[in-house]
Amino acid sequence: MLQLNSVTKKFGANTAVHAASFAVDRPMMIGIIGSSGAGKSTLLRMLNCLTTASCGEIIVNGRDITKLRGSQRRDWQSHCAMIFQQFNLVPRLDVVSNVLHGTLNRQNTVATMFNIFPQADIIRAIDILDRLGVAEHAHKRAEALSGGQQQRVAIARALMQDPTIILADEPIASLDPMNAQVVMQALRDIHEQDGRMVIANLHTLDTARRYCDRVIGMRAGRIVFDGTPEQLTTGVARDIYGADASFSETTTSTQIETPPQRVACLAAQ
Amino acid sequence: MVESSKIVRPVQGIKDSYLAQARAKRLMNLILLVVFIVMLVSGFNTADQRNAGGFWAGLPNILDFPADVIGEAIARRHLLPGYMVKYFPSLLETVNIAAASTLLGAMLGLVLSLVITRGLAPVPWLIIPVRRVLDILRAIPEIVVALVLIFLLGGGPVPAMIAIALHTVGALGKLFSEVNENASLKPVEGLESVGASWGQRMWLGVIPQVAPNYLSYALLRFEINIRASAILGFVGAGGIGYDLRNTISWGQGKFDEAAAIFLLLFLTIVAVDQISSMFRHRLTNGQPSAKVML
Repeated sequence: MLQLNSVTKKFGANTAVHAASFAVDRPMMIGIIGSSGAGKSTLLRMLNCLTTASCGEIIVNGRDITKLRGSQRRDWQSHCAMIFQQFNLVPRLDVVSNVLHGTLNRQNTVATMFNIFPQADIIRAIDILDRLGVAEHAHKRAEALSGGQQQRVAIARALMQDPTIILADEPIASLDPMNAQVVMQALRDIHEQDGRMVIANLHTLDTARRYCDRVIGMRAGRIVFDGTPEQLTTGVARDIYGADASFSETTTSTQIETPPQRVACLAAQ
Repeated sequence: MVESSKIVRPVQGIKDSYLAQARAKRLMNLILLVVFIVMLVSGFNTADQRNAGGFWAGLPNILDFPADVIGEAIARRHLLPGYMVKYFPSLLETVNIAAASTLLGAMLGLVLSLVITRGLAPVPWLIIPVRRVLDILRAIPEIVVALVLIFLLGGGPVPAMIAIALHTVGALGKLFSEVNENASLKPVEGLESVGASWGQRMWLGVIPQVAPNYLSYALLRFEINIRASAILGFVGAGGIGYDLRNTISWGQGKFDEAAAIFLLLFLTIVAVDQISSMFRHRLTNGQPSAKVML
């Protein structure tokens, strides 16, 4: 259902993503790992058409979304939700309005400028907020919420789009470990209960191992690893991050509790 | 799902209250829209009744005057370059008045803007009085100040310059202080922690943050001041406004010269706009090359 064929993005003389290719045949939760500047964000932004690929093609259900323009492109974007590291909500609008923005692509522009949304959408927005445990903040301005709450509002906005794919660009990088766990679990539940594909850029290996079905590793714009979480050994991780033997995961781990089988797996390495 | 184990929340209550609030907001917006339209229409009718000729009766004639000016200008277009050379010295005088008054006004406005910004002000009780002084400077039409000064000092560019500078202090002082309010206080606190004086904190901590915005407001003000100094020429302050008054009066047959003056003013504004966007771009993005400016 999703296939990337040598997708490349150049910024002037720099190549942010170099001939990235992979295919996904069924909805799954995919984690993309790699150091800063490895091209993870650019890859996700190209999937959402926030950034246009320099060359290569991204085939979704038979059509190349890099060629889409105008309303067709906006239509694709409405089916491919994006979650940002800094949440990217409108700070001065209330939480429900922010969630309702997920439906902007289907609404009349003039009506939305007067903040008029169908009642059914408002009810659905509050239901989604309730599902994510932030319904009691419905009236508040987005800026009044904590980081973890804002990120859940951003996820609610994504769910409001009723997307086939949810892209999450470092969704937990600005959050404390407890909120990070809540947000990652929310994404996992969305994948398991709704059957939506989730692609998340992550910067901690334990998160990728714990929540993802498949892990893609990027280094300097190239995909250097593509496999199951079990295949992501410390040695492979060192290759992805270009680190030497002093590299230790535990120093940067944000995990609160480690599941027993993973502990055993890590201990064996 | 998440946190579901905690409390069963009254979601229905949240929905009802949000929908009620949304309905109230929508009703309020509708009322405001109706009030706005009613005021617009009734205000227009009042004004139209007081008009000597009537808006609708006069509307078809609105283009007559520009048509005369453009018609004469096109008919004698071969003379336009000559006129532009003839009036260039006056233009220079007008631009000079505008530049001097903008510079003086911006410098004084900068100092006063720092004095009236909450959080930066050195003497908090001065904030309100100084704000009122700026209000007064903005409230008095510059043409009134210029007329009084021309009466006292005699005609010429200096009274015009002072009049425009005073208005500029009021306008830029207010705009700059709004820019200052958005500046981060963290660098200022950093400088305070090393024992810097108020002047040092402002000059080294605030100005670098706000300089691009200052510049764009000051250059916008420069454009406005060019127009203002042209207008002051009408009342005897010299510059291109004086020539414009003489040529644009009906029945002189000098509409072609008026057109040349308009063209000069237009080109000046375009030039200022281009130069200002270039400067602003440099200031926000730094020098094109990485060399250090001394």
